[in-house]
Amino acid sequence: MNAVQPIQLLAPEGTLSENETYSPYIAALSDEDLRSLYRNMALERRLDAEATSLQRQGQLALWVPALGQEGAQVGTIAALKPSDMVFPTYREHAMALYRGITPEELITQFRAVAHAGWTPEKYNFHLYTVVLGAQTLHAAGWAMGIAQDLRTGSVPRGRQEDEIVLACLGDGASSQGDVHESMVFAGSYGLPVLYFIQNNHWAISVPTSTQSKAPLAARAGGYGFEGVRVDGNDVLGSYAVAAHMAEQIRSGQGPKLIESVTYRIGAHTTADDPTKYRSADEVERWKAQDPLDRYRTWLTAQETADEGFYQQVEEEAEDLAAELRRATLSIEAQPLEEVFDTVYAEPHRQIEAEKAWLKDYEAGFAEDGDKA
Amino acid sequence: MSAELSTEQQAQQPEEMVLAKAINAALHDELTADEKTLLIGEDIGALGGVFRVTDGLQSRFGTDRVIDSPLAESGIVGTSIGMAMRGYRPVAEIQFDGFVFPAFNQITTQLAKMHNRSDGAITVPVTIRLPYGGSIGSIEHHSESPEALFAHTAGLRIVAPSNPHDAYWMTRQAIVCDDPVIILEPKRRYWLKGPVDRQNPAPDAFTAQVVREGADATIACYGPLVPVALAAAEAAAQDGRSIEVVDIRSISPLDDETIARSAAKTSRLVVAHEAPTFGGFGAEIAARAAEKAHGRLRSPVLRVGGFHMPYPPSKQEHRYLPDIDRMLEAVDRSFSY
Repeated sequence: MNAVQPIQLLAPEGTLSENETYSPYIAALSDEDLRSLYRNMALERRLDAEATSLQRQGQLALWVPALGQEGAQVGTIAALKPSDMVFPTYREHAMALYRGITPEELITQFRAVAHAGWTPEKYNFHLYTVVLGAQTLHAAGWAMGIAQDLRTGSVPRGRQEDEIVLACLGDGASSQGDVHESMVFAGSYGLPVLYFIQNNHWAISVPTSTQSKAPLAARAGGYGFEGVRVDGNDVLGSYAVAAHMAEQIRSGQGPKLIESVTYRIGAHTTADDPTKYRSADEVERWKAQDPLDRYRTWLTAQETADEGFYQQVEEEAEDLAAELRRATLSIEAQPLEEVFDTVYAEPHRQIEAEKAWLKDYEAGFAEDGDKA
Repeated sequence: MSAELSTEQQAQQPEEMVLAKAINAALHDELTADEKTLLIGEDIGALGGVFRVTDGLQSRFGTDRVIDSPLAESGIVGTSIGMAMRGYRPVAEIQFDGFVFPAFNQITTQLAKMHNRSDGAITVPVTIRLPYGGSIGSIEHHSESPEALFAHTAGLRIVAPSNPHDAYWMTRQAIVCDDPVIILEPKRRYWLKGPVDRQNPAPDAFTAQVVREGADATIACYGPLVPVALAAAEAAAQDGRSIEVVDIRSISPLDDETIARSAAKTSRLVVAHEAPTFGGFGAEIAARAAEKAHGRLRSPVLRVGGFHMPYPPSKQEHRYLPDIDRMLEAVDRSFSY
């Protein structure tokens, strides 16, 4: 693979370097902001571990670990405004928590009690999309809507005029045709979309080199917009690059692309066994570049955070994990009647007939039970 | 003063127009009625679409509301979903039936499921206009009838108009419907002329209609085959047989009550479509009619349709497509039981 060095502000050793373009974004962050980045990464890491345990204990149908990608996700979402719409993949747990999605809402889909647990517009965070790359076209369409709203002076109530869209995908999905078409539409119409590719090196068992021989960031040039590589395990670099790109998109410069170079420390999903396709050495090398470790080293050295703070975050994380476990075990399955009710927005005679049939059929069992 | 009627005056009374023009008028009237309605598709702007169905609409409503898209069907449907989530009512044109398959994933896994998987929080009122069917003498991929593939997907509505008046009103009703609707436009009937009354709505797009009363047998079909069935009924009448014709109009939902009522009344049912009969939508109709009209039928429900082969070279399509004789042969067979 062509070695284009990713932008990095915070090295794995915890030392911060200067960058003319990006450092000002870090300088503008308050101590509170800086501590918040750590807190959000730590909360997701604890939630992720708890969810993985819950799946191992048979309480979840599936879990999709984001372990190791906390810096990429938290840095990027923190650089956006809450009014910016996000179209996530199915691994954006740190972003979801950052936007206020509750453990119960997040786990609903993985407990398989409903297909989705939250209302997208409440958090400006679309539902997880499981068919890879499909959401990138929805993101482009949403952005076409933004552009049309602005042209006609009809920005919907509750939305902002400077809204941009975050379209998430991974290195695997970068091979999907929908991603190509999304970038064609975004480029052609100059849409306010920030493409955010988390290159975590593995699409289940297939390495990124099978998806592309060129850096994924380089693809943007083919669509007529800018692409940048950033060290995704550097939360400050991730924040600064996303903030810089978001600012340019907001000023009307059209779409941009970030390739966030990170690593999936865990399995693809809890159904996966990564020891079959990658070496322990490789995983260890990446663990040495952990996003939380390096950031904590820096925060401590800067005296921005102390042991008391870390202790407080740890307690909050334990509470979050406990809440996740409680929610997982208590959440009720959506009744099949409600599934019938939302297949269509307007009445559909076959749905009504089948729903009525099921009711009668099951009522028959109840009557048999009464007789017995 | 011009002797010609103004557009408004013309709209006041039934007007003779071809089916393609009726759809154009429906799009025009919905673009006028709701500024959130947008058209998107390949070549729909300056060219007016390869069938000229959108002729003149871009110059009237502008490039932002009649959008020439990149040549990417999945992109057309996928971005339509995003626009619909944002509050728009996109009407997407897929240029030909055979080119809908690049968008099949977006239609079946995304568009159809979005309302359901969001527990009703998201509605996606996307209309997909799909010129479909054969008998136009074209090369491969231009004559397909993919309705069964979509009918099998919960969350989609599918309608197929057979005449200009229905085409006008069913298009308008599809656009204002909050569900995704696929309109199967009978492309070989684009130039079929008939009255369009823009003041008096056609019956609900999602119902079937008896379009010819009869007593001895029923032919049920939709879209391009309705005129064929009417001609078959006319020919049968000469031989003293009274055929009822049901225009199914809506494939999903299916107005099985109307079809079964007609079958029970005449005691014989023939179902016809251009798509292959094997695994086709006619099987669904036959099963439902057999169940609902059981005891009233004097013959099994018979199907007339395409063969289990890729759509043939069009020089042979006259042997592949159901025509008057094929329909009457099935009616004859239904009398042989």
